[in-house]
Amino acid sequence: MTGIGRMKASRPNKEGKWAWRLTGFVTLCVYIFMFAPIAATVILSFNASMFGGFPMTGFSLQWYGKLMANEAVLAAFRTSLWIALVTAVATTAIGVVTSFALVRFDFPGKQMLSTLVILPALVPETILGVGLLVLIKAVDQPRTLLLLVLGHILLAVPYVVLITQARMVGIRRVYEEAALSLGASRFSSFREITLPLLIPAVVAGALLAFTISFDNTSASLFWRPAGVETMPTQILSMLKISISPEINALGTVMILVTVGIPLIGGLIMQSLTRLKRRGEPKEEAR
Amino acid sequence: MPDRSEVSLSPRPASAGAPSPAAGGSASEAEKPAVEFRDIDIAYGKFVAVRDFSLSIRKGSFVTLLGPSGCGKTTILRSIAGLVDISGGQIMIDGRRVDDVPIYKRNIGLVFQSYALFPHKTVFDNVAFGLKYRNVPKPEIARRVGQALDMVRLPGSEKKLPSQLSGGQQQRIALARAIVFEPQVLLLDEPLSALDANMREEMRVEIKKIQKATGITAIFVTHDQEEALSMSDRIVVMNAGSVEQIGTPEEVYETPATAFVADFLGKANMLAGTVSKSDGTTAVTLAAGQTVNVTSPRPLASGSKVTVVVRPQKLSIGAMAGANRLSGRVVSTSYLGGSAIYEIDIGGKTNVRANAPINGHVVREGETIEVGFDPGGCVLLDESGQRIS
Repeated sequence: MTGIGRMKASRPNKEGKWAWRLTGFVTLCVYIFMFAPIAATVILSFNASMFGGFPMTGFSLQWYGKLMANEAVLAAFRTSLWIALVTAVATTAIGVVTSFALVRFDFPGKQMLSTLVILPALVPETILGVGLLVLIKAVDQPRTLLLLVLGHILLAVPYVVLITQARMVGIRRVYEEAALSLGASRFSSFREITLPLLIPAVVAGALLAFTISFDNTSASLFWRPAGVETMPTQILSMLKISISPEINALGTVMILVTVGIPLIGGLIMQSLTRLKRRGEPKEEAR
Repeated sequence: MPDRSEVSLSPRPASAGAPSPAAGGSASEAEKPAVEFRDIDIAYGKFVAVRDFSLSIRKGSFVTLLGPSGCGKTTILRSIAGLVDISGGQIMIDGRRVDDVPIYKRNIGLVFQSYALFPHKTVFDNVAFGLKYRNVPKPEIARRVGQALDMVRLPGSEKKLPSQLSGGQQQRIALARAIVFEPQVLLLDEPLSALDANMREEMRVEIKKIQKATGITAIFVTHDQEEALSMSDRIVVMNAGSVEQIGTPEEVYETPATAFVADFLGKANMLAGTVSKSDGTTAVTLAAGQTVNVTSPRPLASGSKVTVVVRPQKLSIGAMAGANRLSGRVVSTSYLGGSAIYEIDIGGKTNVRANAPINGHVVREGETIEVGFDPGGCVLLDESGQRIS
């Protein structure tokens, strides 16, 4: 009896061990698959070799130095940064207002509007790019920086609306009703109650919009005015000449910006909520 | 008003037809009621939530709207606050018509079932919220918030966040927030239903105490008859969008105006029968064949159908049963300590519930016992479910 019992007890253990090993192995493979290109770019950006590939010949920061001296790259970086900032601010404002309307009010055509607002995210970017281009050609307008920004807003709005809408649904209406009953006007109750409760979604939405704009390549290729380059289009045009190690350095900078900004944002949010949650709910002894 | 005709189709109970002026005791006629409803209707699209509701509430009284969920009681409460638009009639607060006054200018205190404390604001900022929007100077705000927190027995909790408080404590803060700016009316929307049983009883007493101390007019919405009976000066029993009865707790309990009120408050026994004799005393023959003597406020025609309403507490059992003895078999016994509730099959597919003090031994299931009630201990309803008076 005891022997059978031991066998029964040990078998799932053995199986479990192998299952764990397999899970670990697969996970490792997936992570390598996901991060190897990023790692390669970052590592190669410090390569001393003239060629943008392996093997490494030595450690060097020369490509970063060259990047700093490259006026075209710096201009593209500044352009991308500004466009991303303006896009983030404008998109977040639009997203908050839209989701407030969609969640809090009933009006004819609401269902259609909520679908339409998501649509740009479903249409292939290239189609959107061509579409906007055709449209401005039709009304005989020049391609300007403003157009580029508007295009980026168009691309980012669906995602920001989705994020803010999800949070808005979670904010119970009684909070606003309570504020109104206490004498706050509709605007005051939005500013003092709804918006602060919406902040996590606002921050997340802004960061996402920033990243979407900063990363965008295909649509930007269609929309940018002549002579203006954003970071991704700059990299593309540099690639036409050669895979210079400078591109690896540029890529590393872009990774830093697009990964670093949301990361910092997330950390700030986390510490903010931790600050609020400090102290567990407890019964007061009276 | 297009929905008027539809509304008037529904016959209103007699007691509701004559809206009792000044629910809440004897009011001096000169005093304006704190809240007055004049024939209000509330409709959501085609669905009429409230029809022809009239009520006058005296200053400083505690009035409860009682009814099952979906009866329109919360809708009425929200219409006072301005959270629901009325489609007909008028609402007056202190003699001022408020139909077109937006919610934030109505000066009413509102306590929600789910507390609705602002989760990102401290207790102080929550309670101070109403004062801030009334431009009260800062030192005065601090003083009054302190006072309000003393009143709800949570002094010193200013710096806490709502998430650090228990449910009962949160509801106290919500109460403090609603009364600190001295509103004209305090509206309580099932404020106790989210609390556990012990806390509920404690808060019941506390709310009543605070209401007495401040002299504020309170309108309380609940589906819990015990809460309504224990706290109210007046109870408005509602069903399906209209009023069934308005009266003091004793009135609605002892003399229910309709079959609905009799059943909803305290699950009264409803014995259907036919009047068999009506000279001097009235005798009713029940469905099971027994004949009982009852006191009728007016002579009834022999042969008319009536329902005899007897509270479980008015039924005595065994040796205690005096008049109107009916014999039956105990179907179930619930022992409650001081008393027990018996469900007794008296034949004719009729079960009666008796809540009787324990005298000697607890009667068990299957035993045969006698139940009885005084001729004066019942109420008679006519065929349409209205009390015979």
